[in-house]
Formats: sequence, structure tokens, C-alpha cells
Amino acid sequence: MNQMESTYGLMAEFLSADELLEATKHAAEAGYREMDAFTPFPVEGLSEAIGFHKTKLPILVFCGGIFGCCGGFFLQWWPNVIGYPQNIGGKPWDSWPAFIPITFELTILCAALTTVFGLLALNGLPCPYHPVFNVERFALATKDRFFLLIKADDPKYDAIQTRNFLAELKPREVSEVES
Amino acid sequence: MAEQEPENVGTLVAPESDVLGPGHSYGSVTDKISSIVLTRGTGNKYKVGILVALLLLFGLNLGISVLMDIGVGIWGINIPVGWGFAITNFVWWIGIGHAGTLISAFLLLMRQKWRTSINRFAEAMTLFAVACAGMFPLLHMGRPWLFYYLLPYPDTMGVWPQFRSPLVWDVFAVSTYATVSLLFWYVGLIPDLATIRDRATKRFKKIIYGMFALGWRGSARHWKRYEMAGLLLAGLATPLVVSVHTVVSFDFTIAIVPGWHSTIFPPYFVAGAIYSGFAMVIALAIPLRKYYGLEDFLTMRHIDNMGKMMLATGMIVAYSYVMETFMAFYGGNKFDIYMIMNRMTGPYAGVYWTLIAVNLVIPQLLWSSKIRRNPLWLWILSFSVQTGMWLERYMIIITSLHRDFVPSSWGMFYPTIWDYIILFGSMGLFFTLFYLFIRFLPMISIFEMRDLVHKTAEEAHS
Repeated sequence: MNQMESTYGLMAEFLSADELLEATKHAAEAGYREMDAFTPFPVEGLSEAIGFHKTKLPILVFCGGIFGCCGGFFLQWWPNVIGYPQNIGGKPWDSWPAFIPITFELTILCAALTTVFGLLALNGLPCPYHPVFNVERFALATKDRFFLLIKADDPKYDAIQTRNFLAELKPREVSEVES
Repeated sequence: MAEQEPENVGTLVAPESDVLGPGHSYGSVTDKISSIVLTRGTGNKYKVGILVALLLLFGLNLGISVLMDIGVGIWGINIPVGWGFAITNFVWWIGIGHAGTLISAFLLLMRQKWRTSINRFAEAMTLFAVACAGMFPLLHMGRPWLFYYLLPYPDTMGVWPQFRSPLVWDVFAVSTYATVSLLFWYVGLIPDLATIRDRATKRFKKIIYGMFALGWRGSARHWKRYEMAGLLLAGLATPLVVSVHTVVSFDFTIAIVPGWHSTIFPPYFVAGAIYSGFAMVIALAIPLRKYYGLEDFLTMRHIDNMGKMMLATGMIVAYSYVMETFMAFYGGNKFDIYMIMNRMTGPYAGVYWTLIAVNLVIPQLLWSSKIRRNPLWLWILSFSVQTGMWLERYMIIITSLHRDFVPSSWGMFYPTIWDYIILFGSMGLFFTLFYLFIRFLPMISIFEMRDLVHKTAEEAHS
């Protein structure tokens, strides 16, 4: 049991994006669910292959934009109509067309801030420590190597069988990820 | 690594690719770009360059110190010309800043592959140009330490900014632009910082780059969200770029001064901004390409395309000049006609005709593909355009203000030495920041180059 607890999963290294994509599809067919794949650049179709189809990010950004839009308009409307109304050149207090540029800018600002902080939050970054960094060759994941990880908490995970399964996919190397 | 590493299969760039040199692989682009940061160090040319930039920056420091001590009286501004170099410099710098976001956002949405090797340093250029631009309205206020009066906050005086004023719109537009550009640039840097972290050999570097890489590990889930975020930011930044210079042009058009009060200004300003921005990208790209041997990444295709972009936006600017003159006569307003005639024949006629020469006539050389494909010529032309765009803003501001409706209130603007010191000093700030950037951060987006290797290799195979 000790062995199980100190293992985060098994990691296979591949030489190309296509090999990794094939291997990931095989793993999904074989019933593995708790997987992750690591690549030096975004690979089309890979996130779908590990069972991650849709991100919540666009809806968050939409909400951020709506917040910025309403907040930006209110920010100008309230002082001009309620808080501190002033007659400037005989313009009506609620001269809304003049409020549009700032409303637009704040819509963009809030949507952009939501995009970036939403991205970091959903990705769980910053994340100074992660078990995958324990694998020495994982440094190549930011250069030219492609990795498939099957986590130890996958229901189908078995230290020996999973290792054999990964070896069949013809990786360059299979290594154990210490947690 | 001691053992012989097998090469990635099927991922070499084919010889027919025009956006990337042939034979490049994931590893070679990674090593080439990261080595500039990690192992190449600083040569003598770099040292001389940054020294000149620092000297200019000291000039800026001196200029600002004297300005704080004495006030805006050290400049040539007066009544009627209350807006002098400071606003000219502001509009010029913010215009230069537009190309970076345009390249990274608009060309991303258009799926232009050639943007990949220029977007990173163009974004950095944007950021530094906006930093220079943002400084000038504050200095121009005379009491920059009270700049926060422009921000809406519930203060004890019970007053609010005048939200109907384009000058307040400017505060929001420029600060939003600076923030979004910074975010866009940083998000783009995260995977590359991870690359540098993993390539660095010294512990100190590993820690510093590692902190800024936020623990990026290239997970497929992360990439999925990351690509979505990039697309969203591009979609948000594209209208933002257009809005920022539109708002800057509102600073002029909302006033009733002849020469400012014109509906053509927003598109005219946006085109001019992209024009000067591409000129600055060219001015920076060509020496970088030569000095760091980046001919494989910044190919002739890039050089040629940037020249074409400059020509296209330059033609829009030329059209605006012609239209401005035509509308003055077509409209028949005597103040507008006088303003145009005064520009062409008045005391600032020299500025006007130099502007027409360097901004309109000389750039017509770009029609020739021989000149577009000659880096030295293109580099020289980019300076012609930069000068022209500065003169354009100078002309718009000075000639419009110095003679408006009532002849008794006419006057002249004579720049002082401090005007020049602060103008060239701001270039010192820009180049100091840029020199630090190319030394400490990857100036070309490494992960996007790997992606480009993948895509070009795939295309060649299919």
C-alpha cells in the first residue's frame, strides 16, 4: 500500500504530437479516465482525447463584460444624475451618449481582467509545486517532448498492468511520478 | 544530455516554407530563441546601445526634475498655443503603441501565420510606447502629483470628474489599453517563461523565471483554456485598439477649433497610429534580425508584409490629408479655408511640406518590391514615417491653435531646449526598456514558433 501512496501516476514520453494523440485515444478506449497530457504547444484534439471538452471561461468573460458595462455606465450616471448633478452647457443630466466611451472601455477592461484571472484560477495557477516536475525528463515538455500521464487515482490504475499498457503504446520511456 | 537524443519524427520545416527557415525543429527554435536570453550574454554593441539609451533617460530625468521644480513655463507653450510638445509626444507614442496589439490580436483573428515571429516584441514595444505616452498628459498638467483628480473616487471634496469630457475618456481609454496590453503580453509569456525556467542552469535564474512562469506545465487542459483565453483577449483587444486612438482623436474633434473639428479624425488617427506603429516594428525588427541572426524566423516574407502594411495604412493617411483639404473648400467655411491655407503657406508651411514629403511622398517607394525586400531601405523608410507621424501631430496641434477665429489672439509657438530634452529623453526611456526586454525575456514567442513548426511540417506532409 505504501508504494501506492507515494506514486502520483505513470508517465509515458513520446516523440511527436501525433504519437501522443494516438496513445491518448488508446488509453481512453482502454477505460482510463484520470489522465493528463503535457505538450510544448497546444495540440488540437488532445484535450478532447483526455476527456476535457468544454471550458467555462467564455461564460465567465461574458459575465465580466456585462459587469463592466453596467458598472461603467452606473459610475457615470449616478454622479451626473443623482450624486452631483451640474448644468454644463445646458446638457441634460442624463446625457447618456457622452457616457458610452467610458462604458465601452470598462466593459473591455473587466472582460479582459476576467479572462486572465479566470484562466489562472481555472488552471490552478500559480502552482509552485506539482508532482510531474519530479520526473527529470519532464523538463523537455517545454521543448520537444510529449507526455501522457495516467494518475494513480484512476479506478483502473494498477502499478504493473498500467505500466505494461503504456509500454505497448511504444513510448520512448515510461517513468513513475513520485508524489 | 550525454546520450544521443532521437530527433522528433516528421517535424522538420520543409524548404518551401516562407514564414520559417527550412530544417527547423521544435528543439532548434527553442534553443535558438532561449539562448539569446540564457547563454548569449551582452556583446559590445548591446552595451553601447543601452548606454546611449540610458544617457537619454538621464536627460528625461533632468527634464522632469526641472519641470517639477519650475513648472510648465520651461516649455514653449503659451496662449494661444497651450498644447505643445507634450501632447504631440503623447499622441505620437500612443500611436506607435497601436501596432503591437494589432499584430497580436487582429492578425491572430485573421489567422495570419507571419504574425508569430513578430508579435512578442511588437507587444513589448506597445507596452513601452504606452508607458512613454502615459507620462506626457501627466507632465502636461503641471502638477502631476494631483493626477488622481482625474479618477472617479468618492473624495472629501464631493466632486467627480467631468465624464462628458474627452480628456476624462482618455484616462479610461489609455489606462485600459495599458492594462490589457500588459495582460496580453504576460499571458503570452507564461509558457515561454516555463521554457526558460526548464532550460536555465543557474539556480537563481530557475527561481526567478520559475516564479513568473507560475508553475506552467503544458497540460492539455491548461492549453485548451489558454487558447480560448488568447482568442478572447484578441477579440477584446481588437476593438480596444480602434477605440483608444478614436478617443485620442476626440480630444481634438470635440473642440470647435478649425483644423480639429472634423469627423474624419477617428479613422484618420487610427490609420496613422498603425502606420507609425508598423514603422516602429520595422525599425526594431531589422537591427534585431541582423544582430541576433534571426533571418530564419524573420524571413523576407515578414519584411515584405510589414512594408505592405505600412504602405496600405500610409495610403489611408494620405487620403485623409487630401480629404481634409478638400472638405475645407467644399464646406466653404472661411475659418476652415484659412486654416488650410495657413498650414500650406503660413509660418509653419515648412512643417507641412516636410510632413507631406516624409509621410506621403517618400513612402510611395514602398510600391517597389525591391525596396520592400531590402532591409536597409525599409529601415530608412521607417524613420521617414516616424518623423512624418510626429510632424503630423505637431502640425495638427500647433497650426490649428496658433491662429483661430480672432486675429487679436494669434501667436506663435517656439519650442525650448526642455521641449527637446523631454522628447528625446522619452526615447531613452523607450529604448532602455526595450534593451532590458531583449536581454531578459524571449523576444520571439517560442511556443508559438513550435506550433508553427508543427503546422508547416504538417502542411508539407499532407
